[in-house]
Amino acid sequence: MLQYALKRLGLSVVIVSVAMAMLFAMIYVIPGDPASVALGPRATPEMVQALRSRMGLDQPIWVQFARFYFSALRGDLGIEILSGRPVLGVVFEQLPFTLALIAGAISWSVLLGIPLGCVAAIRRGGFVDRVIGVLSVAVIAVPSFVIAIYSLLIFAVALQWLPAIGAGEPGNLGSQLKHLILPSLAIGVGWVGYIARMVRASMLETLEASHIRTARAFGLPESRITYSYALRIAILPTITLLGVGVGTMVSSAVFAEIVFARPGIGKLVYEAISVRNYPVVTGAVLVTTVFFVVVNAFADIIIAALDPRVRSSFS
Amino acid sequence: MTILDVKDLSVDFVTETGTLQALRKVNLAVPANRIVGVVGESGCGKSTLINTVLGLLAENGAVTSGEILFEGQSDLVHLDANGMRALRGQKIATVFQDPMGALNPVLSVGRQMRDIQYRSALSRKEKDARSIEMLRKVRIPDPERRLAQFPHEFSGGMKQRIAIAMALLMQPSLLIADEPTTALDATLEVAIIELLKDLQQQIGCSVLFISHHLGVIAELCDDMIVMYAGEVVEHGSTRDIFHNARHPYTKKLLACDPARLSRREPQLPTIPGTLPDLRDRPKGCIFQARCEFTDEACAEMPPDIPVGGAHVTRCWHAGKTTGARA
Repeated sequence: MLQYALKRLGLSVVIVSVAMAMLFAMIYVIPGDPASVALGPRATPEMVQALRSRMGLDQPIWVQFARFYFSALRGDLGIEILSGRPVLGVVFEQLPFTLALIAGAISWSVLLGIPLGCVAAIRRGGFVDRVIGVLSVAVIAVPSFVIAIYSLLIFAVALQWLPAIGAGEPGNLGSQLKHLILPSLAIGVGWVGYIARMVRASMLETLEASHIRTARAFGLPESRITYSYALRIAILPTITLLGVGVGTMVSSAVFAEIVFARPGIGKLVYEAISVRNYPVVTGAVLVTTVFFVVVNAFADIIIAALDPRVRSSFS
Repeated sequence: MTILDVKDLSVDFVTETGTLQALRKVNLAVPANRIVGVVGESGCGKSTLINTVLGLLAENGAVTSGEILFEGQSDLVHLDANGMRALRGQKIATVFQDPMGALNPVLSVGRQMRDIQYRSALSRKEKDARSIEMLRKVRIPDPERRLAQFPHEFSGGMKQRIAIAMALLMQPSLLIADEPTTALDATLEVAIIELLKDLQQQIGCSVLFISHHLGVIAELCDDMIVMYAGEVVEHGSTRDIFHNARHPYTKKLLACDPARLSRREPQLPTIPGTLPDLRDRPKGCIFQARCEFTDEACAEMPPDIPVGGAHVTRCWHAGKTTGARA
């Protein structure tokens, strides 16, 4: 198991390196010279030249990439143009808000989606199954920003149960959690539908398997058959789906952070793009990429922990 | 004592294209300490019979008549789900056909064997000790280490032996073996048959052994049952049926067994015709459309006619067929 985990994390390092190369190539081909953009239209050619050599832009491309790569490994993602602060610090300041938002969205989708999918599979064809089916498709079909706006109107404005904007008082966990409910629901509710559909389908398939018939023939209680013999297998595709889904959730977080006026990576990137603050965009994208790759590595490790066949195929 | 006594059992399935009569007036008995073989083509109702005995019929299936007496008392047809579950795995154990899929792929063999003993008051250690002892009995080498392993780490033959160990773990009084050797190659088949025979004697249980391999039935079983299109057409000791088959279907079935052909045939013999549509069963004898003895008597369903000792056959012409060796 440990061997598998190490191998999988090693693979993640390779994936991040490739992603960094692509990110670097993207910066390189963006029209406009970063030095002249930074200095503005009234800079003299000599000033631009001086900044170019200070930024290393006059070096061959592979030297530039090596510098970018190794300074990123050291945690140096460059300096923010406007304030002169290190980009990594700026990004890390915002990161916890987005992580909390995504963790909240995953909690909603797992805590609601998996039980709903199980119930639908057990009651297949019945009334409950049909209601869950219709609701699932409905929440998948509605875009998350529509849910964000309507949940704001209902729960924050009309009922006044939950706060509308912001991330809560710093240091007050209760207030922060309250502020998290609506935005994470807005991102997660579509995933509740996806996961309920997914769990239902794989649960139905697993319950038909002959080892489930064996378990029944040995008189095991139906609850144990469902939740420990079948769900353990039926959950596997859902974990992969969630791992990949975290990418989509990060992009939904941009909407949620703007609608709910929350700090976070999404809002940071949105604002950085609008003022062409490229080092922040690059840094935030890189940090998000690492986050995505790590989450997927963990998804695979969880799958390996649940499924011995995956473990042995790697050893 | 009779361990399993099935009387006049009929089972119907409701399908979109009509009611399918899967079993009709099935009679059979499995005496204590005997191995009873069930033979018949695909679709003859062997699996429906097992699932009915186990109480695991699909939702669209229902028993329309008859009773299933287990150990002379409880009628399994009317037992509720909890009562049925208390028997399964404890008193009635099953080994299925497909050893590759019969074990849960994500749980260790030890965990699965421990779970079967969930009704026993033994400690975890004692349960594992029993599992190890049972694995040793089915000749799994190094069972202490193997207990922690997962099904994909075993070969097909080993998996089937583990499935047998699981089935016999609670010392059941009836073991149902549903074509346990069909998915295995010939050498393994012999080994499994010998193992089953050996363990049956050690444990002293009865076995209902389903197979379409006549050679295996002849080798293993004391009694045998011939099924055709949801009916038991002949029932008797293996010896009687192999040497003095009385039902025309049994005779034809035996004549088709390649192992019993006396000389090389350019073409293997088959039974002309096809199985009747069970949604629209013919009135009267189920085999009439494919039988050479059919006459006006066959328009009515024959009763089970005794033809000597425990040997019974469901054919009006059982008298005529006497002595005609297969």
